[in-house]
Amino acid sequence: MDFIPITAQDKKRMLETTGFDTVDELFGTSIPGNVRLNRPLNLPAGTSEYELIRHMRNVAADNADLTEYVSFLGAGAYDHFIPSIVDAIISLPEFNTPYTPYQAEVSQGILQSLFEYQTMISELTGLDIANASLYDGSTAMAEAALLAHDVTGNRRIIVSGAVHPEYRAVLKTYTMGIGATIETVSVSNGATDTDALEELADDGCACIIVQQPNFFGYLENVDAISAIAARYPALLLVSFDPVSLGILKPPAEYGADVVTAEGQLFGNSLSFGGPYLGVFACRGEYLRRVPGHLISATNDTAGRTGYVLTLQTREQHIKRERATSNICTCEVLNAIAAAVHLSYLGPNGLREVATQCTQKAHYAFEQLKSIDYLEPLSDAPFFKEFAFKSSRSVPSINERLYDKGIIGGFDIGRVLPEHEDTILFCVTEKRTKDEIDTMVRVMRSL
Amino acid sequence: MIPEDLKYYKEHEWVRAEDNTATIGITDYAQDSLGDIVYVDLPEPGKQVSAGDVAGEIESVKSTAELHTPVSGTIIEVNKSVADAPEVINDDSYGKGWLFKIRFSNPSEADGLMSAQEYEEYIKGL
Repeated sequence: MDFIPITAQDKKRMLETTGFDTVDELFGTSIPGNVRLNRPLNLPAGTSEYELIRHMRNVAADNADLTEYVSFLGAGAYDHFIPSIVDAIISLPEFNTPYTPYQAEVSQGILQSLFEYQTMISELTGLDIANASLYDGSTAMAEAALLAHDVTGNRRIIVSGAVHPEYRAVLKTYTMGIGATIETVSVSNGATDTDALEELADDGCACIIVQQPNFFGYLENVDAISAIAARYPALLLVSFDPVSLGILKPPAEYGADVVTAEGQLFGNSLSFGGPYLGVFACRGEYLRRVPGHLISATNDTAGRTGYVLTLQTREQHIKRERATSNICTCEVLNAIAAAVHLSYLGPNGLREVATQCTQKAHYAFEQLKSIDYLEPLSDAPFFKEFAFKSSRSVPSINERLYDKGIIGGFDIGRVLPEHEDTILFCVTEKRTKDEIDTMVRVMRSL
Repeated sequence: MIPEDLKYYKEHEWVRAEDNTATIGITDYAQDSLGDIVYVDLPEPGKQVSAGDVAGEIESVKSTAELHTPVSGTIIEVNKSVADAPEVINDDSYGKGWLFKIRFSNPSEADGLMSAQEYEEYIKGL
């Protein structure tokens, strides 16, 4: 066959069959005139490869990238160090050109790598099973809510107001189809108000969702939240920071049923917001409801270990409308990047990264506290992010920092109007004492 | 051979009616079409069901099928042994592979189901 999708002859026959003279006429009957472009696309003429490279380089030069700028921006996308080995390994063509490994006999390398990734996520969280990844942290959280609905049969979702507002927006979109009602628990002193949660929880809930550390950076009282969840059929869903597990208790230890995370910070660059990595792990009893792909180890007829995509009968192409999820894929390369990163760090390395994050963040917090126009949002314990209320406008602060080569904190007012002029700082292990001191100095000089 | 003493439902479940209870399983034709059965999701005892409802799920290596209840009533018992060894359904679908028991809300409901002969005709036409 040739790869010309449609010939003039094909077009003619299709028009004859549909009874139109021209393609325009066909479109005219089905697409309203006011949304049709009716002019050629605004694209320049063709150009040589070299001219194009030069043009793209100039466009790219407008970006403030992290080789030149020092960043204190977090809020869901994190500037952690990525060891060189990650890109070296995932650049191998065998990894770099993955597709869904349905054919186990030709995909052992990809399958084993994903199996290792699942094993690491399972060990990290303490939960029985992890899938081979989903799209990103927000959709993974929404998928967990669908699973909870599937398990409990309930449609009421309780979510903490201290969960990332964009994650909550995705949750709302994602659960519209099951007719979910979402109730938001109020926040007090930077964390979920457990009394308010107590009021909302009942036998009709599908799940209780919290983030640890939460959107504002503070630690939730997960034991108290878990105790409330345990009294009802509702599942406890926790969106966690994978780096924090270097020093914080694994979610399985405080009774989380399903946990999800943004895995970008393991081996994946910020890349202007994607592609990222949805981490998903849960208790063994939900095995047949887990969305996405699962890789298992098995033995072949000669008794040798082999890896396969498993339990595909729970997926959408088999279960149709009764499937938990319509995800039939995973982010292979991003997940393998995370596995390489984690295997390179090891448990001690991860503890070191987490310890440096928290020590440096606390140093920065102490320095900033002395600035007269800043007031800590909360005195709750935090990991690598923390927020200040500011009597100066956050955009103007960030503008001044930017002039000095510093990307400042996240302007929370942009996503939560009730927190106007609240700034969220993130300090990772990459920040040095000098960089923090410079940032504080610029802020003090305003 | 399709057992003569049972009644059959169009979704390939069989019913053994005794007094006010019915024992339900899937037919030999159903287990053969599904292939190796690896998992069964059975209803909770105490649950009220109506004829035609989806009462559970049967998963084989190649697909997942809904398990329907051919009659209305209350689930009184499920076959726990198939949960641990679902292959029993492939081996003995009319005997040890039974799935659940119902207390009839209306025993005459079973009369409306197919006889062995009617069911044989029915699957020939599929």
